[in-house]
Amino acid sequence: MIGFWTLFYKEVLRFWKVGFQTIAAPVLTAMLYLLIFSHVLESHVRVHDVPYTAFLVPGLVMMSILQNAFANSSSSLIQSKVTGSIVFVLLPPISYRAFWGAYVLAAALRGAVVGLGVLLATVWFAELHFSGPLWILAFALLGGGMLGTLGVIAGIWADKFDQLAAFQNFLIMPLTFLSGVFYSIYSLPPFWQEASRFNPVFYLIDGFRYGFHGVSDVSPWTSLAVGVSCFLALAGVTLALLKRGYKLRM
Amino acid sequence: MTPPAIRVAGVVKHFGAVRALDGVDLEIRRGEFFGLLGPNGAGKTTLISALAGLVRPDAGVLEVMGHDVQGDYRQSRRVLGVVPQELVFDPFFSVRETLEIQAGYFGIGKSPERDAWIDEILESLDLKAKAGANMRALSGGMKRRVLVAQALVHKPPVIVLDEPTAGVDVELRQGLWRFIRRLNEDGHTIVLTTHYLEEAETYCGRIAMMKAGRIIALDTTANLLQRFAGEGIGGSMSLEEVFVRMMHA
Repeated sequence: MIGFWTLFYKEVLRFWKVGFQTIAAPVLTAMLYLLIFSHVLESHVRVHDVPYTAFLVPGLVMMSILQNAFANSSSSLIQSKVTGSIVFVLLPPISYRAFWGAYVLAAALRGAVVGLGVLLATVWFAELHFSGPLWILAFALLGGGMLGTLGVIAGIWADKFDQLAAFQNFLIMPLTFLSGVFYSIYSLPPFWQEASRFNPVFYLIDGFRYGFHGVSDVSPWTSLAVGVSCFLALAGVTLALLKRGYKLRM
Repeated sequence: MTPPAIRVAGVVKHFGAVRALDGVDLEIRRGEFFGLLGPNGAGKTTLISALAGLVRPDAGVLEVMGHDVQGDYRQSRRVLGVVPQELVFDPFFSVRETLEIQAGYFGIGKSPERDAWIDEILESLDLKAKAGANMRALSGGMKRRVLVAQALVHKPPVIVLDEPTAGVDVELRQGLWRFIRRLNEDGHTIVLTTHYLEEAETYCGRIAMMKAGRIIALDTTANLLQRFAGEGIGGSMSLEEVFVRMMHA
């Protein structure tokens, strides 16, 4: 277990040492979203009878958790691979399960730290209700774990920063932006409403928001079931890749 | 019977159409100072990578201190320290943090013994003054010594050095060799690859020469030097001359 905790500690220390870039910057970005969208829409829009800014804040928090969890594991792995320092993790007797667990736990922690930062920075702009704290916690951890795992897959698969950027820009960004962060899916045309139901990130954000306002587009239990299923499927794929040594051990 | 430090039997590895290792058989006894020589592309680094579990062979068996590299990978990695050829480092950490983290990867948690051993390594490799410095701030030679320190932090009985003195100035190189020799005298098995053949001639008791994925010569350094006796200047040949002959034979 010392190997696992050391790798986890190293990953946490890595993002902590560049906290301006890994924590402060995403908090600022989320605040800018809030300021712009709430300024434009607050007096015009209510969603599920919730004022727009109060509706938006949980979505921004969750989006930050997801994007930063993904960024943490993927950027750490690609950087180690490109510089060659991945060898320091591959030479020791660290099992593939510990490898996955340490990267994902550190990714989820960074997501949680950024999410908490976004919440603390934005909570002053809206009246939030914490109607289900356990739902909030469950979806925050699930989302961090899921995107952290996806980050491990992307980090292992990508051979250069360009490929990782493609993964991030053409998959992660659309999935998170088109997931109901800024709107309820019921405001979409029928086709896009149906399409949103195939986006697992939609369920993470919808369930997370339920924890604040007690209202959601779908049942939080459905969201939890979808989230857990996706997490388990991604974890299974990642563990299989790591066991094979895919792109890590030739 | 006590297993050898390293046993390699019938190891084959392809990279696409290239046969990087072509049926390599090799045994290195415990406590040996062993040289693995060959031109670029001969298969030395592939063989070392296979021993370290970084490369998975297509066929054959590799063991370190009797532990199978694939089947018993946890034990085989625990008893092996590898100094990689490339000058790699993690730019986020100081020298001491790098060593503490590396020790942790091998299951060695914080303790007075660990800290004392890290201090000893830093002292021996003349890195103590740089212990708090970020890795990015070190010269190439310093970084190379940190790589050696990282390979030693879990006190492995078998140490593989893949061109450890490349890019290191003369003074640092001599200090490095003094330390490695001391480790060997303390019982560590040393496996060395180098393009500085005078270093291999000075330190290695036995040498294997590789070419195109095969071992083409395996003998004591003394016997290798005698192989073409009477043909060199003054009747004797340096290891470099022997090496050139072997490679063109």
